[in-house]
Amino acid sequence: MYEKDGEKYFVVDSHMHYWDASPENWVEGAEQYAKGWIECFHAYQGLGPAETHQPIEEFQKVSEEQLMREEFEEGHVDVAIFQSTYLREWYKNGFNTTERNGSLFEKYPDKFRVNTRFDPRDGDAGMREFEENTKRFGAIGAKLYTAEWNGDSRGFKLTDPECYRFLERAQELGIKNIHVHKGPTIWPLDKDAFDVSDVDHAATDFQGLNFVVEHVGLPRIEDFCFMATQEPNVYAGLSVVIGGLMHARPRFFAKVMGELLFWVGEDKMTFGSDYNIWTPKWQVEGFVDWTFPDSDDFADYPRLGTDGKKKILGLNAAKLYGIEVPEECRLPAPGEGAQLVEDREVAQA
Amino acid sequence: MSLSFLTRPTAEEVVGRVWEALRTVRDPELDTDVVSLDFVASVEVTDADPGPVAHVTLRLPTYFCAPNFAFLMVADAWDAVSTVDGLADVEVVLIDHFASDAINAGVAARAGFVHSMAGTEVGEAVAELHELRRTFTERALMAGTDLVVRPLMRDGATPEQVAAMTLGEAPPSADLERLRARRRELGIPAGDTDPLVVDPSGATVGVEALPLHLRKARSYQVGVDANTSICRGQLAVRYGL
Repeated sequence: MYEKDGEKYFVVDSHMHYWDASPENWVEGAEQYAKGWIECFHAYQGLGPAETHQPIEEFQKVSEEQLMREEFEEGHVDVAIFQSTYLREWYKNGFNTTERNGSLFEKYPDKFRVNTRFDPRDGDAGMREFEENTKRFGAIGAKLYTAEWNGDSRGFKLTDPECYRFLERAQELGIKNIHVHKGPTIWPLDKDAFDVSDVDHAATDFQGLNFVVEHVGLPRIEDFCFMATQEPNVYAGLSVVIGGLMHARPRFFAKVMGELLFWVGEDKMTFGSDYNIWTPKWQVEGFVDWTFPDSDDFADYPRLGTDGKKKILGLNAAKLYGIEVPEECRLPAPGEGAQLVEDREVAQA
Repeated sequence: MSLSFLTRPTAEEVVGRVWEALRTVRDPELDTDVVSLDFVASVEVTDADPGPVAHVTLRLPTYFCAPNFAFLMVADAWDAVSTVDGLADVEVVLIDHFASDAINAGVAARAGFVHSMAGTEVGEAVAELHELRRTFTERALMAGTDLVVRPLMRDGATPEQVAAMTLGEAPPSADLERLRARRRELGIPAGDTDPLVVDPSGATVGVEALPLHLRKARSYQVGVDANTSICRGQLAVRYGL
């Protein structure tokens, strides 16, 4: 929980990892990809405040102690949600598997939720693994990285028939939330890999699932916005948006927030630190303090108040994941607290 | 012969022309030229037989930047530098990218994207990139519309006035020139008497549809800005700029 100016914020970090990208885990013959991947992530960290930058060796693999401290002791996070990403073509034991994430969940079940994953190209064996992981860790979410390499394949779309088979099974297994992460190497290469129209179709066809598009579809943020505004079960995952822009490019961060608030709205945006690309501490504190710059460029964007920040930092994700929020951090139910909200707005004005 | 020797440009002049030519090459996603983006790591001209050779080195913000856009930039750089007078040959090399080898070899052989990627470790393509380029030029048209029209609206122009305005009536600016250039690339008329606001198919936008059209145009522009911020930031971290 984070407290500032008498307001209490329940924080759900809805997008974080416990990865092992150390050289010992690189697949022989694919070292350049394993190295390139983690160096790319490390460069993202460079967009955060200087005092949070880590040497690459530390960044490749943080300890359990460091993760627990940076997420919960220093980072204000109440519940953190692991997003599993395998990349077995490059990392021998996987980059950030359900089992590895699950090992921390089993030790600290109140602190974590584990999202598993599936790869539609893995066929029946992949289906069995998905079912087992879902049951073993009580997962109600799954992360899909559409640009994952798999044998000769360089990616998949949510609309592939094999993927629909997994989505159908996911619903039956009680999965509620699908986190979609688009990457740059999808086949075929002549098409735009970041295109989000497949999410649009899947969201229409699977009304029982929520689709959280991570890093709000960046670099196709506008396509994502136009889609999310029409699909009630599509959410904006703010990983990378806060971490990559709030500190490094505050004016562009404000514009992106303005667009998201206009098209998607504060009820469908969720905070994710993308740990350990970035630690949550500075992101949570900075976001609570954040306001639009005083300029005409931002004048017609919807405002974001304390209630909206509470929703984005934790209450929205708590709802998606059925996480109980302490009384003191909840918003008043519609009706009962209307007077209170009005009072506060008057007091702030 | 002696005359051509006298008028032959110096190596320094040729290098300058190569940089100038590279300014016509742009990142299709960011709609900005590769020189401004600092994607050109170096330009060198060496003397060889039968004449000077330009060596251009390109770099990108990450190892995993989209290979299709990377290919377009390397191929466009080759085309642009090849138009520089006084060069016998051109070499363009992309460094530090997962598909460097395939892209460099393909561009050097003028092989086209499909052929360049065939049988490589990094994946194959099924079509050339013309359609992809068009898609991104259309997006650039939308983003550019925001840059030109929003200042007009801020200064008090009404939707009726904007919907009726021609390109020649808009105040001259670099953004307006760029918008005209993108329209010409898309085959959309861009003369003084042509309408200021059109959709990516070239159709005029009526006054009722204008507010949503401009709202979307603004989102495209914010998207370009956000992507450019992240790309510049990553490039700076990667190369210590």
